[in-house]
Amino acid sequence: MVAMLELKNVEAFYGPIRALHGISLSVEQGGIVTVLGANGAGKTTTLRAICGMIKTTGSIKFEGREIFGKLTESVARLGIAHVPEGRGTFEKLTTEENLRLGAFTRRDRNAVAEDMDRVYGYFPVLAERREQQAGTLSGGEQQMLAIGRALMLRPRLMLLDEPSFGLAPMIVQEIFRIMRSINENDGVSMLLVEQNAALAMDLADQAFLLETGEVVMSGDTKTMKEDESIRTSYLGY
Amino acid sequence: MEIFLQQVLSGLATGAIYASLALALVMIYQTTELINFAQGEMAMFSTYIAWALINAGMPYWAAFFLTIGISFVGGMAIERIIIRPVEKAPVLALVIVFIGLLVIFNSLAGWLWTYTIKEFPSPFPVGSPGGNTYIGFHQLGMIGVTLLVLLFLYLFFRFAPLGLALRAVAQNPVSSRLVGVRVGWMLALGWGLAAAVGAVAGMMVAPRLFLDPNMMGGVLLYAFAAALLGGTTSPLGAVIGGFTLGVLENLAGTYIPFIGTELKLAFALGIIILVLLVRPQGLLGKKIVARV
Repeated sequence: MVAMLELKNVEAFYGPIRALHGISLSVEQGGIVTVLGANGAGKTTTLRAICGMIKTTGSIKFEGREIFGKLTESVARLGIAHVPEGRGTFEKLTTEENLRLGAFTRRDRNAVAEDMDRVYGYFPVLAERREQQAGTLSGGEQQMLAIGRALMLRPRLMLLDEPSFGLAPMIVQEIFRIMRSINENDGVSMLLVEQNAALAMDLADQAFLLETGEVVMSGDTKTMKEDESIRTSYLGY
Repeated sequence: MEIFLQQVLSGLATGAIYASLALALVMIYQTTELINFAQGEMAMFSTYIAWALINAGMPYWAAFFLTIGISFVGGMAIERIIIRPVEKAPVLALVIVFIGLLVIFNSLAGWLWTYTIKEFPSPFPVGSPGGNTYIGFHQLGMIGVTLLVLLFLYLFFRFAPLGLALRAVAQNPVSSRLVGVRVGWMLALGWGLAAAVGAVAGMMVAPRLFLDPNMMGGVLLYAFAAALLGGTTSPLGAVIGGFTLGVLENLAGTYIPFIGTELKLAFALGIIILVLLVRPQGLLGKKIVARV
């Protein structure tokens, strides 16, 4: 079976500094894969490399096609929705305008309206905040909005950059529960970057562990959870 | 009292021109945080195109809308061809490019159409409604056209997907790319809109100022002042700033003895300095806080 997303030997650079030292990883159709690692391990950089937001070398294939070197906006148009670090909210626009922007590239108006309802179904609180300036939403609501906005693209693959960042545990659990149903109901594959390893391993089927820009371990989350070093370093028990 | 009303109304009419050109400045400033010094000369050049079309026998309104179209495409082309290669250059380099554009358009117009002053027709009848002595048809028309342009821009930014995308790019270009907005084209669109709005301003002001390659120099200075006064990030602010400035300028010229007509331009400069000192973000603009 061909992987939906396949990175082979990807290096990425911030100016002259190499941040990724030849990473290979893949996401199966319909799967959830998590990338774990400490601060500065290259997790966010990996997502940025996929979206063409940073200078890279190597091969990045989406649904069998090489997307390496494409513009960020062209990658989005292929059906890859990136929920960026810090949520990337359009703060001065309303909640609804943020969602409309998510569907900017689509021309199927009726389906867009349906998807808007679907997003409000997943996140009823966003429906209440429809006309509110997005910058005035709480952190959790903005994270929901970021995921909702990504969903409006009707993506086949979602890249999520630390959706738990800075949120209360209850909110995080709700967001992760909804991410699971998005994966199951809408068949959206996910590549999830997380600091919260325990949570991410519960959601994902596969995990890749990064250390200073290299994959040091990968496998099923079930087996990885049993691993002694993972347990002590990342799960904390 | 009669003089006062007269001055206010004609101030609103000239203010409409400052407002239109200020609006054009804001279109580009919003997405790039740069003031296009060539905006006035671009408007002047557009007006010459309209003049050439009318002289070739085209009816006024046909020439009016065709000029807007040509200016729109031309504005986009300037962004794509001239601005884009230097997009990431330091601000100072860009300012030089803008000044270069200013000089190019000025000389090109002089070369093509000579520096002789030309008359430009008004689409509105001569005289004034009911024969009143306060405001003429052309002045009313100028105000009306400016308000229509503002209304069009408002509807465009509020309801059209492209307008929404432009606002998104102005706020957060990175997220805009992530939802698939082609940011480069949006910047070009901003230039196109600015050129089109500027063309309207040029065609409206030309019957009063007459057409010559240097006609927009003073107007541009007022437009800077208007945009600053209203807030360079707010289209509505630019329009309010333009009207306010037009009225203020007239009143100052009439009632403050030493200003007269000679010092009117200095008055605009005075406003610029005052705004920068007292309220740098303008009346409706937002304060930009940069992390250093």
